[in-house]
Amino acid sequence: MSIMRAEGVSIRYITGDFKDIGLKEYVVRRLKGSYKVTEFWADRNVSFSLERGDMLGIVGSNGAGKSTLLKAVSGIMVPTEGHMEIHGSIAALLELASGFDGDLTVRENTYLRGAMLGYTRKFMDEKYQEIIDFAELQNFQERPFKQLSSGMQSRLAFSIACLVSPDILILDEVLSVGDGAFRKKSGDKMREILNSGVTGILVSHSLEQVREMCNKILWLDHGKQIAFTDEVTLYCDAYEEFLRTKKLPQSRQEVEQLAAELKAYRQEERRKAERTEAQRLEAVLESGTSEAAVQAAVAVLKKRRPDLLAAQS
Amino acid sequence: MLKQLTVKIKSNQFLFEELVKRDFKQKYKRTVLGMAWSVLSPLLTLLVMSLVFGQFFGRTMEHYTIYLFCGNLVFSYFRESTTGGMNALMSNASIFTKVNVPKYMFLLSKNVSALINFGLTLCVFFLFALADHVKFGVHFLALLYPICCLVVFNIGIGLILSAMFVFFRDTGYLYDVFTMLLMYMSAIFYTVDTFPAVMQNLFLLNPLYCYIKYFRVVVLEGNIPSLGFHLLCALYALVIVWIGGFIYKKYNHKFLYYV
Repeated sequence: MSIMRAEGVSIRYITGDFKDIGLKEYVVRRLKGSYKVTEFWADRNVSFSLERGDMLGIVGSNGAGKSTLLKAVSGIMVPTEGHMEIHGSIAALLELASGFDGDLTVRENTYLRGAMLGYTRKFMDEKYQEIIDFAELQNFQERPFKQLSSGMQSRLAFSIACLVSPDILILDEVLSVGDGAFRKKSGDKMREILNSGVTGILVSHSLEQVREMCNKILWLDHGKQIAFTDEVTLYCDAYEEFLRTKKLPQSRQEVEQLAAELKAYRQEERRKAERTEAQRLEAVLESGTSEAAVQAAVAVLKKRRPDLLAAQS
Repeated sequence: MLKQLTVKIKSNQFLFEELVKRDFKQKYKRTVLGMAWSVLSPLLTLLVMSLVFGQFFGRTMEHYTIYLFCGNLVFSYFRESTTGGMNALMSNASIFTKVNVPKYMFLLSKNVSALINFGLTLCVFFLFALADHVKFGVHFLALLYPICCLVVFNIGIGLILSAMFVFFRDTGYLYDVFTMLLMYMSAIFYTVDTFPAVMQNLFLLNPLYCYIKYFRVVVLEGNIPSLGFHLLCALYALVIVWIGGFIYKKYNHKFLYYV
């Protein structure tokens, strides 16, 4: 049985005059008939399903509707059309640092956030020390949250979110917080969680991550679903080529073609790189004034390609 | 249905407690007296009012301070909890657009902190009543009834206002004016006895007046109001909370677009 299924999910946003106009303007515009609300579909007819243990990567350029789709998955928004079936608890990490209260202390904020993510007090009592240790904020526990540096704030947010043990985990561009050392730590932690067999959805602009971690891929473009498939490598290739050439594939054939183009492009690049490397080496040898350069070259050849030397002599 | 509700309450209990805590801390941050203000500020209002109006109405009436206090007590609770409720959604917009939490939680937590304040003021009220030689008795237990009605009524008003406030920020200013009007119409510092009978009945259309009157009947007259009056109090509360719940349910998923 699938743990999550989206069937023809469409989400409509309304934009336009209705916001921030106040009552008077609203009445006036209604009377004049100039009250306009424009709609746009952030997601149109998106369908996918996940089994337990699946890791779905969502790719697409900015404004493709990725975050909106995640909002629907996490229950913040309700699909305008279609429906979403979810069996299990969800922890969503959307925009980590928001929703903290600047005047509360670190400790209070930790508990508040834990409560919002749906944990019990008992669970938080147990995990609190671990969270603080992971965030390396031992000396700041009673400080107001607003006095922390922004790096510390996101470290805390990440650490709280990290200790989740939900059935379904949603990660929206969260793998890049804090300074170098913490980033490595957090990356390791995330990988550990993801490898523990949790069902997850990952939104990332880093295709490396998607290739490495996901076994299914959902490709969105301007709200439209281009593909949902488990051929991650093929579609990642095609998507990468799409990013380069902005050619949107219409059929499977074109996807394969795109992937092939990428391969050709990559080979071309590699060849170019090799060529420039060879040129650089030659230049070094040429400009070398002493015999030392030539001797060094011969020494390397002896070690790596003795066959070449043998053929010459 | 009931089981569902208890499960829901249980699962959100922790969040609820933390929100109440947060609201309290936000309210009293950087005040020297902290929570003492929740008792002190209605007392100061009372002082001002009894200084001003005591000259006009106090001469002819026994226990005028208590009479005034009844009105102030109920009305300030109403004002605090509904104004807080009105802002509850907007001020937590950054949370409910990112995390899936039931939005009514924010409203309820504001209501609880207002209720706690009300409880504190109520204690002071009883002390005043004692000092003013009001006759205490078992009939004071009846006060629980209008308090319950008031809680429900305030939640209902909060639901309506918070939704309206999300859609139109003007609501805040309009509501300020409205509460002032309501205060003058709730017979807080004057009595309705001097009005003709028809007018006196018109006052009953004002739910707040009813709740205040209930307090006065119990505390000052040592009586318990009629059954019909009880029904009227409950009716107001239930109708308002029903309307509020209806609006909330209908627009629940639309708030997101407006914040």
